[in-house]
Amino acid sequence: MIMLLAFPIIMIILFGFGITTEINNSKFAIYDPSKDIATQNIITKLETSEYFSLEEALEDPHQIESIFKEGKVGLMVVFGENFYENLIHTGEAQILLIADGTDPNTASTLTTYASRIIGMYQQELLDIENIPFQIKTEVKLLYNPTMKSAYNIVPGVMGMVLMLICALMTSVSIAREKELGTMEVILVSPMPPLLIVLSKVVPYFTISLVNFTNVLLIAIFLLKVPINGSIFSLYFVSIIFIFVALALGLLISSVTDRQLVALLVSAMGLMMPVVMLSGLMFPIENMPIILQGIAQIIPAKWYIVATRDIMIKGLGLMDVIKEISVLSLMAVVLIAASLKKFKIRLE
Amino acid sequence: MLKYLLEKEFKQFKRNPFLPRMVIMFPMMVLLIFPLVANFEVKNVNLSVIDHDKSSYSRSLLQKVKASGYFKITAVSDNYKEALEYIESDKSDVILEIPPNFERNLVREMKADLMISANAVNGNKGGLGTAYLVNIVMDFNENIRAELTKNVDKLKVPFLDIIPSYRYNPSLLYEVYMVPALMVMVLAMICGFLPALNIVSEKENGTIEQMNVTPVNKFTFILAKLIPYWIIGYVVLTICIGITYFVWDIVPAGFLGTLYLFVTIFILAISGFGLVISNYAITVQQAMFMMFFFILTFIFMSGLYTPVENMPDWAQMLSNFSPLKYIIQVLRMVFLKGSSFNELIPQFIALMSFAIFFNSWAIYSYRKSS
Repeated sequence: MIMLLAFPIIMIILFGFGITTEINNSKFAIYDPSKDIATQNIITKLETSEYFSLEEALEDPHQIESIFKEGKVGLMVVFGENFYENLIHTGEAQILLIADGTDPNTASTLTTYASRIIGMYQQELLDIENIPFQIKTEVKLLYNPTMKSAYNIVPGVMGMVLMLICALMTSVSIAREKELGTMEVILVSPMPPLLIVLSKVVPYFTISLVNFTNVLLIAIFLLKVPINGSIFSLYFVSIIFIFVALALGLLISSVTDRQLVALLVSAMGLMMPVVMLSGLMFPIENMPIILQGIAQIIPAKWYIVATRDIMIKGLGLMDVIKEISVLSLMAVVLIAASLKKFKIRLE
Repeated sequence: MLKYLLEKEFKQFKRNPFLPRMVIMFPMMVLLIFPLVANFEVKNVNLSVIDHDKSSYSRSLLQKVKASGYFKITAVSDNYKEALEYIESDKSDVILEIPPNFERNLVREMKADLMISANAVNGNKGGLGTAYLVNIVMDFNENIRAELTKNVDKLKVPFLDIIPSYRYNPSLLYEVYMVPALMVMVLAMICGFLPALNIVSEKENGTIEQMNVTPVNKFTFILAKLIPYWIIGYVVLTICIGITYFVWDIVPAGFLGTLYLFVTIFILAISGFGLVISNYAITVQQAMFMMFFFILTFIFMSGLYTPVENMPDWAQMLSNFSPLKYIIQVLRMVFLKGSSFNELIPQFIALMSFAIFFNSWAIYSYRKSS
């Protein structure tokens, strides 16, 4: 019981802070044979940015290989010789950016950010030299101007936690009763099956709501994720999603009668798709078409889209009507299926 | 003694038809599907365009954006409000607004503005998307300037030529990065979960009492529980390496023996951990829930999906307690950088300590009498 309430809280804290694709103070090294005003300027610019911190200045280009092997830095900035002179007189100077490609995502992010910072230096030069024909770009980052990962992750983790608590716990608890034989006792009583199912589901429904509230409070006060939309819509969507998850749990429990199997089916069949295919971490549009198709039937995918819209973008219920109807449809179908499958007799 | 205990373990394992099937199917499923999914790459950014100018410059800029390969122009709108609606419904990710008289300003007043607004709910995508777009605009600007100044006197414009290159994975294939780590995940799930459920389910079924009244000592008992998972772990690893080689075409740059050595220690550590959980849990449900929590935490804190260096300091501290962190480092270094054993000694010591610690604990915490 304590576990049921404590785990979601610990999970949202760990994941909210831990799963981050932000680049902060990534270590870089330089090789700078020119040591002139332009290279100094670029290095200071990189160093003072929030993305990079200078680890080492190499004196010998042969060290480049070993510094990467040790994994000390993610990015190496190599300047050409007579950098400033080339830049001013021939109008062309070379900078080599070498990134550690073992992590492709970080590598390309680092080179892109570094290029942008170096580009800013070039822009300054252009301003000083008063070069004509300039296009100025004004960039506006909507909804999440500081580009915090938590904004993206928190709605996803909420979906994951609800799925875990509702589906997994219901399915295992019913399978457990079957395994221990206590289910038989309940089934021979004159209770209608609908009531039995209902009494199984209501406690988990309540726990889920409490958990949801806890997770939401942590997201707001600890992770500083705003709720731009209305709380009411958020709860409304979540309740529908909880129904879907509970119905899934019931369905799993009615097709299995061993705890171990129920657990493995919900773990492999539910958790993995939710983590991988729901868009929690990995953008769905990057997946192959077939997997994108599979992603459409995962309830958490719709829930995550809806919560992101409501929480972060601040949209109203009417804007997520599509997600709501899909989730409701899923809920109805799953509840109907699990009631039909629910066996009154044991074999 | 050990022989009979092992025979018993294997009989129990085979009796549940679900388990052997899972040991084969699960690694295959994960290694075939996940590398396709686990991809943070930012490509196919959907762009919504508002072109108030409709000049030859604005058209050629859009042409350039389209040709870059990063962007797909999904909508052309007349005003910002309409474009914002596309963002709200996730039909586009970035808005590029070209103001009226863009071309005229550029030519006559020698400067012009552009507006870029990005959906930054996914900060990574928003940030990189705009960075790409800004780079394209800068490039475009360079071309235009060259064109416009050609006729005028020769003008020297300082230009920085930035050449990016990537070590170890020059074409930035994401599979190469994910596959070794996914192997670890599969191993941790199978060799961690099954032992965790093992002793506790014997407790629930009551068969453990029969074991307790035999003269088997604690050490032999735990050893008999561990050895089957070792064998299962080897089967899983071999399946994984087979798929990596035949499907993903990834050949480890390092020595395969190093790989097996480290995985042996890792399996020992994680199975030991599973047995510890199993000793303390009273019901299967409890054991599984505890295991879920720990395995998920281990996985997310290990740098499998997101690099450890990006995390806040306290989370980085915490990640030192995840055995997965070390084995993932080892696999990635052996697969990609071709590191040899000498370069992996810190990881070896760490994994060894985990293995000894968890298994001693498992033996210590096992109680024959309640």
